Amino acid sequence: MIPLTSTDYDAIRLSLQVAIAATVLSLPLGFGIAYLITFVKFRGKIVLEVFVNLPLTLPPVVVGYFLLLLLGKHGWLGSLLNDAGIRLIFTLKAAVIASAVVGFPLLVRSLRVGMEGIDRRLINASRTLGAPWHDTLLTVILPLSIPGLLAGSSLMFARSLGEFGATIIVAGNIPGVTQTIPLAIYEYASSPTSETMALALCLVSVVISMAVLFMHELLVRKTARRD
Amino acid sequence: MLISMDVKKSFGAFALAANTTFSGDRIGVFGTSGSGKSTLVSMLAGLVNPDEGEIVLDGECLFSSAGGINVRPEKRRIGMVFQQHCLFPHLNVRSNLRYGYKRCPAHFRTIDFDTLVTVLGLNDLLGRGVTNLSGGEKQRVALGRAILANPRLLLMDEPLSALDDTLRFQIIPYLRSVSSEFGIPYLFISHSLVEMRLMTDTVLAFDKGVMIGQTTSEQLARNRMGSSQVGYINLLKLGCPSDDGTLYAYPWGTVRLLISAGSGRDSSMAELSSKDIILFKQNPEAISARNLLACTVRSLFNSGRKIGVELDCAGNTLVSEVVQDAVNELGIVPGSTVFAAVKASAFRILPG
Repeated sequence: MIPLTSTDYDAIRLSLQVAIAATVLSLPLGFGIAYLITFVKFRGKIVLEVFVNLPLTLPPVVVGYFLLLLLGKHGWLGSLLNDAGIRLIFTLKAAVIASAVVGFPLLVRSLRVGMEGIDRRLINASRTLGAPWHDTLLTVILPLSIPGLLAGSSLMFARSLGEFGATIIVAGNIPGVTQTIPLAIYEYASSPTSETMALALCLVSVVISMAVLFMHELLVRKTARRD
Repeated sequence: MLISMDVKKSFGAFALAANTTFSGDRIGVFGTSGSGKSTLVSMLAGLVNPDEGEIVLDGECLFSSAGGINVRPEKRRIGMVFQQHCLFPHLNVRSNLRYGYKRCPAHFRTIDFDTLVTVLGLNDLLGRGVTNLSGGEKQRVALGRAILANPRLLLMDEPLSALDDTLRFQIIPYLRSVSSEFGIPYLFISHSLVEMRLMTDTVLAFDKGVMIGQTTSEQLARNRMGSSQVGYINLLKLGCPSDDGTLYAYPWGTVRLLISAGSGRDSSMAELSSKDIILFKQNPEAISARNLLACTVRSLFNSGRKIGVELDCAGNTLVSEVVQDAVNELGIVPGSTVFAAVKASAFRILPG
């Protein structure tokens, strides 16, 4: 039996909470941005693409630091939120935001790959059948994007579970509040006596990741069969 | 239906210019690949915007660069059947069929779902997914889907080119039903002259992005006889054949034709090239060709270096091609009598 403490259970719960919230909250925006990039012609598209993909290439610590600058008490957005009585830094919300920002490019990329695979003639057919663009978006593009959506969500979920660098900067490493599995492992690994505890959480991480990947494969097969 | 188009469109090196007005219910757009046919219909449907110009359908301006008008495709009520079926893979046959119907304003809905399903023979397919249908079934569903959207005009962009020969002729009667059964005028795009003649009355001919003429499909076929490798294709409506031992005897009006291939149907269409008809001035009495038809010359026409001879064969029409020397030697003039010899194997019974 793996020895898990109540803090470990908290870390597992928080990790799942953060990953689910980050993925669910990013989905609509990710879908919208993937749609814009794939189907809409506009000036400055390349700038949008670069911005969306930036967190993929930047070290997560850098992303975390920028978020800290933005959301901190004296940050541009943070000061506004502070005035409204909302504090984000060192809360679970900040961990969700950090995970969402870092995982977002993976979601958008998968969605884009899915959308680029949609035959444009289907979209044309839908238009000539009387569907305005928003109707086509919901009744043709969205259903046909489901494989990309599943792939993107799983990737983002998995990435959020592993998120460390940005989270520790904006959300800190507060057990029971913002300490997710990677942060807890980091803490155990820093102590010479907690090797077993670190290993136990690592195993939990492996189990969750495998479960996510299995689920992803099953869903992809199910949608492929339906096609 | 009356369409007036004066449009220009260029993509890279390709430029399309069309300035024409045409009316009718069965219109063809003919041209080789890359002649601009698909661009033209895409502009009509609103899927491609002209660089400049104006498109007016039955008095309603759909596009005008000068007037800043560009009616969106979904508002044009112009249906389209594509070269590929373009059925929605995530919907079953019924939902595909109902897609346009549901989006058509109620006061325009005149075509009944059940009637359409019966006419197109789709009853057994309704609950099925579209990915498992055969090519012909898919194209029939695509046609039904477009008709059920109750368009005021249906554009068919080479709807038969992705199908094999057998299926092609099986689908043609369904395509013709668009106008005959449902009263929807159509624009039929193809590079096949035979399809043009089976599907349309008036034809707009395009070449390298320029409209070169507006004519009838019959006239177009005659004009192209001289330059075509297959000549002019006579389309013969035949009755039910009887087995003659080695050949099959088909009634063609009051004439009896001996043809190599049989057909199990009550009526069939046969193709016969103008190149496969040999003319004799007098009855040659004994020849190996199994069909010798006494004909009266109705008229002569020039097509390239060839002379087309339109023959009256007991009320039926047949077009043969000869060179000027043959016309002179045989003394072929309107009203003269000639004998047309055709081998039994020269006919091609169309599948259907």
